[in-house]
Parts: sequence; C-alpha cells; structure tokens
Amino acid sequence: MSRLFPLLGFLLLVVLLVVGLKIADRKTNLPSPLIDKPVPAFDLPVLASPGQTMSRESLLGKPYLVNFWGSWCVTCRAEHPVVTELARLNAVYIVGMNFRDESSDAIAWLRKWGDPYDVSLVDFDGRVSIDFGVYAAPETFLVDPSGTIVFKHLGQLTWDVVETEILPRVAKMESGS
Amino acid sequence: MKLSHYLFLVLTLTLSFSVLAQNAPVQEPMVFETQQQEDRFNQLTQELRCLVCQNQNLADSDAQLAHDLRAEVHEMLLAGKSDDEIKTFMVERYGDFVLYRPPVQVNTYLLWLAPLVLLLIGALILRVNIKKRTSLLESPPNEESQN
Repeated sequence: MSRLFPLLGFLLLVVLLVVGLKIADRKTNLPSPLIDKPVPAFDLPVLASPGQTMSRESLLGKPYLVNFWGSWCVTCRAEHPVVTELARLNAVYIVGMNFRDESSDAIAWLRKWGDPYDVSLVDFDGRVSIDFGVYAAPETFLVDPSGTIVFKHLGQLTWDVVETEILPRVAKMESGS
Repeated sequence: MKLSHYLFLVLTLTLSFSVLAQNAPVQEPMVFETQQQEDRFNQLTQELRCLVCQNQNLADSDAQLAHDLRAEVHEMLLAGKSDDEIKTFMVERYGDFVLYRPPVQVNTYLLWLAPLVLLLIGALILRVNIKKRTSLLESPPNEESQN
C-alpha cells in the first residue's frame, strides 16, 4: 500500500498540471465584478458635437452595448469589422466609448475605417473607464433596458462571441420586455 | 579646483543620479500633506496589482492604467478616504484579483488553509514513519543480546 503513495502523488501532480494548462488561457480573462450590477454613472460629451453630453439615464429603456476603444488601440482596429457587421444587423444600440484619446484622432479613425457606433462618447481622462473596471482595450459591455450590466467581453470581439453571447441575450431581453 | 576635480565631481554626480533613478523608476512626483499619507500611499500601491502587467504592483508598473490608478489612490488619500475604502473602490471595479493579499472568504479558504493542511499531512506521515523506525530499532538489540 505504502508503495502506492508516490504513484498517487505523481498522478495528483499530473491532474494539477492538466487543469493548470486547461485554464492557462483564461487566466488573463478575469470575471468582472460588475456583472449584474448597475452601469457606472457617466455624463460624457458626444464626440460628434462636444457641446452635447449623454448620461446613462438617457440610455435607460433599451438594451445597449458599450464598446471601449481608442485610435491608439491596435486590437480595436482588428475587431472593427465585427462591430461594423453587428451594427449592420441593427439588433442592438452601440455606444462607442472613446477613451484616453484625442478627439481629432478618434474622428479621423472613424472617418478612415467607418463609424459603426450609434453614438460615440468621449472619456478623455479615462475616469469612466476606471469606473467600468476597464484595464485593456477593447472591452465590451452589454447593458439591459433596466441599466444592468449582463455581460462583458474582454479583448477583441469576434463574430463567435456576438452570435453565442450577445445576440441571444439581446433577443431574450426583447422577448422578455 | 583643477580640471580633474571637476571631472571627478561630474562623474560622481552622474553615478549617484543613475542609482537614484533605479530606486524610483516610474513614480511621478506626488505631493502629500503628511508623511503618514505618503507612507500609506506607498503601502497601498505595493499591495494593489496592476491589471495590465499582472505580475507587477501599482508602485512598480509604468503602464498607463497604473499611472491613472496611482493618481486615483493619491486623490482618495487626500480626500481623507481610509485604506479599506480605497481597496473597496478597486475591488468593486477590478475584482479581488486587484489585491495582492487575497481576503479570507469562502472561495479562498482552500488557498489560505491548504498550507496548514499540507503541514498536518506531512506531520502525520513523519509520525508514522518515526514509529515504524523506532519499533525496528527496538527489536534488533534484543536479538543481538540473545545471540
């Protein structure tokens, strides 16, 4: 029996290694503590007309997507076609959060690649992005009509995520309300 | 002073500056009202993780996010917030992961208690082994004395 102990120990280590390898690529994708919490308060200038502002209160009543991006962010450029494709479906209102960016750069970026956003807001100093717990770009949040965050995606949005995570949730909200 | 003296002075200063630069690599100058505030700032930024470069704390990291979060900690300190309030602010946004010292709660019991459990298992194995060996030691001398 006691001869089995080293073998058992070894098998335990093998199991730990396999588990470790399996979750290795998920280690950077941290669960957001904001899921099922109200959207952080914001009142930000609109990129296209800086005199005008938009707050979370004015977005109540419909599901919407908040997409944090910047013209400095390479991955945002990479996910841009997916956001554009999603916008074409007209399935959900998309708010672009242009953060830690110069507005002139942002406008030039949207002109160059196309503007998929229903509205773009300017979070120049990144304060709102901190309230959203954003630590990389892009990050995407799905908000339900009552103003609760129901889903967050970290990093590049893929069509797979849109189809399996975002669209079904939006459809559920619409049938539910 | 001779030229060589000037040269010596310049070289010494250059060296000392480079040493200073190593000690404080990324901190922007921050103004505090009291020494106590500054100590708390240093303590907090060492215990909070920079989420962009996950193996660095806020004090060490040069990432944009770390800059902003340091500024946030600084501002909250000056506003009279307690250490707990500042940590809660971070956890509400970034989750427990932002803390280098995880809190003792249901999902971290295993983490906190595992070392103790492993120590107990080790002690148990040691005890069993010692018992076995002492019983082995006790019998041979008897046999020898009989021979």
